[in-house]
Amino acid sequence: MDPIIILSAGVAAGTIYLFAAIGEVFAERAGILNLGVEGMMLIGAVAGFATVVSTGNPWLGLAVAMLAGGLLSLLHAVMTIHFQADQVVSGLALTLVGVGLARVLGEGLSKAGGTSLLPTITLPGLSQVPVVGPVFFTDQSILAYVGYVLVPVAWLWIHRTRPGLDLRAIGEYPTAADAMGVNVYRLRYLYVFLGGILAGLAGATITLAIQPGWFGDLTVGGRGWIAVGLVIFARWDPIRVAIGAYLFAAITRFLLDVQGPRDFLGIPNPFFFNQNLTYLLGMLPYVLVILAVIAGSREATRKRIGAPAALGVPYIRGERGV
Amino acid sequence: MTAAPLPRRSRSLSPFELRLERRLDVPRWLPLASTIGAVIVALVIGGVIIAVVGGDPIRSYSHILEAAFGSIGVLSDTLVVATPLIFTGLACALAFRMRLWNIGAEGQLLMGAWGASAVVLLPLLPEDAPAILFLPAMIVAGMAAGAMWGFIPGILKARLGVNEIIVTLMLNYIALLWIEFWVFGAWSESGFQLTRQFPEAAWFPRLTDFVDQFKGFAGLTIHLGIVLALVAAAFVWFILKRSRWGYEIRLIGDSPSAARYAGIDIARNTVLVFMLSGALAGLAGVSEVAGVVHRLQQNFSPGYGFTAIIVAYIAKFNPIGVVVAAILFAALILAGREIQPAGVPGMIQGVILFCLIGSDVLLRYRVRFVRRVRGGPAVAGSATAEA
Repeated sequence: MDPIIILSAGVAAGTIYLFAAIGEVFAERAGILNLGVEGMMLIGAVAGFATVVSTGNPWLGLAVAMLAGGLLSLLHAVMTIHFQADQVVSGLALTLVGVGLARVLGEGLSKAGGTSLLPTITLPGLSQVPVVGPVFFTDQSILAYVGYVLVPVAWLWIHRTRPGLDLRAIGEYPTAADAMGVNVYRLRYLYVFLGGILAGLAGATITLAIQPGWFGDLTVGGRGWIAVGLVIFARWDPIRVAIGAYLFAAITRFLLDVQGPRDFLGIPNPFFFNQNLTYLLGMLPYVLVILAVIAGSREATRKRIGAPAALGVPYIRGERGV
Repeated sequence: MTAAPLPRRSRSLSPFELRLERRLDVPRWLPLASTIGAVIVALVIGGVIIAVVGGDPIRSYSHILEAAFGSIGVLSDTLVVATPLIFTGLACALAFRMRLWNIGAEGQLLMGAWGASAVVLLPLLPEDAPAILFLPAMIVAGMAAGAMWGFIPGILKARLGVNEIIVTLMLNYIALLWIEFWVFGAWSESGFQLTRQFPEAAWFPRLTDFVDQFKGFAGLTIHLGIVLALVAAAFVWFILKRSRWGYEIRLIGDSPSAARYAGIDIARNTVLVFMLSGALAGLAGVSEVAGVVHRLQQNFSPGYGFTAIIVAYIAKFNPIGVVVAAILFAALILAGREIQPAGVPGMIQGVILFCLIGSDVLLRYRVRFVRRVRGGPAVAGSATAEA
């Protein structure tokens, strides 16, 4: 029950949500809602793990996982951008295909033994800083550091660059963006693909770094959906995504650790003596996501800076705009 | 009418250009034809997948037909699996018709099963109560539990504008843990992850129970649930197509702004539709515990609530179509248990859904190949091919 350990584990596991949710932020900012995150993460997880099992090279596994997630996302892109299919249904179909495909590809992988993992790093100077050092910079996977870099880069890209302006424009008012000479179709493809790559990376973060191994669809176990919820909570902002992801993972870890000690400050711990209560405890992360989405929605309605205006609306060049 | 050219890469060498033109009217035969076409295309893709993973697609499909409709016995098994799919399919179709994305039919099914079990195990009725008390009480309790599970996303959506997809999905996980809490704990039979068997008065009557009167019923496990499912389908059909409420639901689904101008209370309808949707899915749970497993246990549903999404979509949200689609998917689930690797049937379901939404584009657009004239705009000409 050491708070430093809980926070540090929260940063490690939060990196999974972080990648997936930032990928979804890009796709949704471009106006395409992709509910296939769970499927893309599973494909990334299985592709990365299978590559490491057969080649022993985790870096290659990472690349294959990102490519696999990206390729799967293109299915959704074609359906929603080209064929103007309903984005909700197409996303659900993507999850079904991804989960099924991952289970097929993962046949026999659960028996694979120890694999080589991505390295963990302790930063020499920064790890000495009290609290921040042990939480963020001690024995974290290299992917956690990728996350630290990705968050500000994503924020700057969206809010402070010319391409970021185009990105926000095609999500808010594609007709106007098109009139300004922005290629709406091509950019939407690019950002859905980027979302797929990051979801694949999130999947590989599970199997190559945080919780190595293959456990069928339980490998991801709903974390893709939680990432989609975090995006709403974070109001489509990378920095809030990071805060939400780390906090959520830390709280989940705390709930897990609560079962450990026999008593708190002399009071007997009910979760230690009645293991069945842990099922109720296990509900809390999901309740937390619902509460987070409620909070995100309320704030969004109040401040009127919520979802991209054209989110979920197909853009058809030459027809009346949204 | 404006044409919407597809985005294409800079210079195509092909002399033809693919164009989508919005249809002004849809021929009556087209929706059914495109649905059937999409399913056929999906089965072909599924066959390719089976072949790639080392199976024999022709044998697999003929095996599915054989194992699902080959004899009166397996037909009965198929209808048993179709029963929860009809209930949950109706739940999804009703909600989807109003463009409420209830992805939580699975959780509502689980809560319905819990409600029905509570009547026996809590217990709400004495152990020796007659069936005439047990069955109605279980049905009401299951529907109430499902409706309550639908009320949560409904009220959050209506009052606070909370995204119902996330809420219903999270409620699925919560319902699953709720079931585990009871079957591993208070209701566990000597430590196993299942409850004791219900008394027979709490079972839905099956055809095989009447074997003394009719010899031919031996081994037919089809139960009261299918009758309730068909009644439910007729009920939802009546609501959607013949009632004033159904008109409001359809209007909100087609055009929320028009509904608002017409003075329809969208918030109230959101809550009511979600509750009815949850109650229907809850019935699926009642039907499973009272008609099939006769106890509450872990993993009694192989994801009926998720397959229901495709069932509703394939039926184009039509309650009668839901019945047909549910039977087809029951066949796929039943026979699919023997298809290896185990992920293939799930993947085929996803492919079917993709082909369906892809085929929808044919309903809204006319696909034309137009000849490209060098140096000038493409003209629609002799080479018009309607897809």
